Amino acid sequence: MHKIVIDHLSLRYADGAESLKDVSLNIEANAITVLFGPAGGGKSTLLRSLNRLNDLSDVKEVTGQVLFNGQNIVDSKTDTTALRRKIGMVFSRPVPLPLTVYKNVSYGLEIAGERSKTRLDEAVERALRQATLWDEIYDRLDDPASKLSGGQAQRLCIARTLALQPEVILLDEPTSALDPVSTAKVESLLTELSHSITIVLAPHNIQQSARMADFAAFFLQGELIEYGPGTLIFSNPKDKRTLEYIQGRYG
Amino acid sequence: MIRKPFFIAPAKQQKLGFVLLAVLSGITVLPIIALLVFILVEGLPAISWQFLTAMPEDGMRAGGILPAIIGTFYLTLGTAIFSIPPGIAAAIYLAMYAPDNNVTRLIRITMINLAGIPSVVYGLFGLGAFVLFLHFGTSILAASLTLSIMTLPIIISTTEEALHAVPNAFSVVSISLGATRWQTIWRIVLPESLPGILTGMILGLERAAGETAPILFTGAAFFLPRLPTSPLDATMALPYHLFVISTQVPNMPIQVQYGTVLVLLAFVLGMNLLANFVRNRARARRQW
Repeated sequence: MHKIVIDHLSLRYADGAESLKDVSLNIEANAITVLFGPAGGGKSTLLRSLNRLNDLSDVKEVTGQVLFNGQNIVDSKTDTTALRRKIGMVFSRPVPLPLTVYKNVSYGLEIAGERSKTRLDEAVERALRQATLWDEIYDRLDDPASKLSGGQAQRLCIARTLALQPEVILLDEPTSALDPVSTAKVESLLTELSHSITIVLAPHNIQQSARMADFAAFFLQGELIEYGPGTLIFSNPKDKRTLEYIQGRYG
Repeated sequence: MIRKPFFIAPAKQQKLGFVLLAVLSGITVLPIIALLVFILVEGLPAISWQFLTAMPEDGMRAGGILPAIIGTFYLTLGTAIFSIPPGIAAAIYLAMYAPDNNVTRLIRITMINLAGIPSVVYGLFGLGAFVLFLHFGTSILAASLTLSIMTLPIIISTTEEALHAVPNAFSVVSISLGATRWQTIWRIVLPESLPGILTGMILGLERAAGETAPILFTGAAFFLPRLPTSPLDATMALPYHLFVISTQVPNMPIQVQYGTVLVLLAFVLGMNLLANFVRNRARARRQW
């Protein structure tokens, strides 16, 4: 089943920076789709198009469409706040909001108008358990989130997104600032989550791409070069450019 | 080999540099300390309960300075009311919403220039606009409005700076969690920048409290030995009172002058300390 259908999507920034050139890609539900390729290839731009976070950037032109639950989310009439609740985002640098651990996780729900303390409590615990963070910090919920370690902070950021019970989570180089142990935790967490949530991941290296990909899409200079099941892409790519990138010839 | 005609070992250079810097910073602080000590020594003997709570007598040569103290308090309060809400609103608009275009640039240039206008010009503008055109007369209202116009650029620019100091990543995260721009400002950006905003506010008001020229034509009374009862009353005020008793009244006991200076200084420094206190408290309560 296709969770998101990207159909001839092109995007150009006002300063002519990184852009997307006629990208068509179907993102499978409840699987990890990895976007990989050298820097400046359009991975971040594509991720940020999927929850309209690109609205914050100086985007000059977008053509094509992105269908999510049958709705074209590129359309300017899209309710972006509702969309962002369904398609969450995790960034490369863990940025806890300047609030307590608890408030970080409950933030999205409170913004959405949830007032019930019991429901918030439940959601916070559920999200933190889901992000395998509960056992480590259940007694520090009222501490400033900034006191968490880098790895914990990144799982908090994932929990913060999970609290909204999103259908899709986008992750832009989520472990680039983490040590190997924390990275492993985040990776196993993502694998676990992918059974029930659609995950689009842009790893910061090829090794992680190969480890994590149920499906993989190789991007070069804004173009989608190749797309297919991860095992296939990383063992037997069809395109010479994909092969050479995986072999480390450039990038 | 290249000859070094004037060689000082790097470690010594560093030491020398530190000493030089320490001396220079000492020089900048020294005049202020000297001024404070001098005024304290000369002014303290004049301070008494009566000096702070009584009406002036004998052509201001005796009695107290209560109307001037209350007047300055009212003027500061009025300035706060008229300058803080629009100042913060303008700063939020400029920092968070304003598109980067010529109109925005014009607003910024105007603000920078407003901050550079001599205060007496504000006074004359206030006279024309508030006292005469709007028929407020020489009153607390007209003087407060005049001081507000003078204070606004300070409040706007310090607030805008404080808002900009909040990391943009916070806003991006907040918006990615489904917050609107305003929710992000209200819940994240404003609380984060509050200490900076408060500091700017109080520094702006402090300047207003100490100004003479803007209230000279718009609300300050030469001698008015009663307390104002309405915003449309004129009032005595500490800075103007000081000017008057220093230059306009013959046979003025010098003690009264120093006493008045001390009270004005205490008022302004008190606000400064308050700003520091509030800022530190807000910082300590920060949850990250």
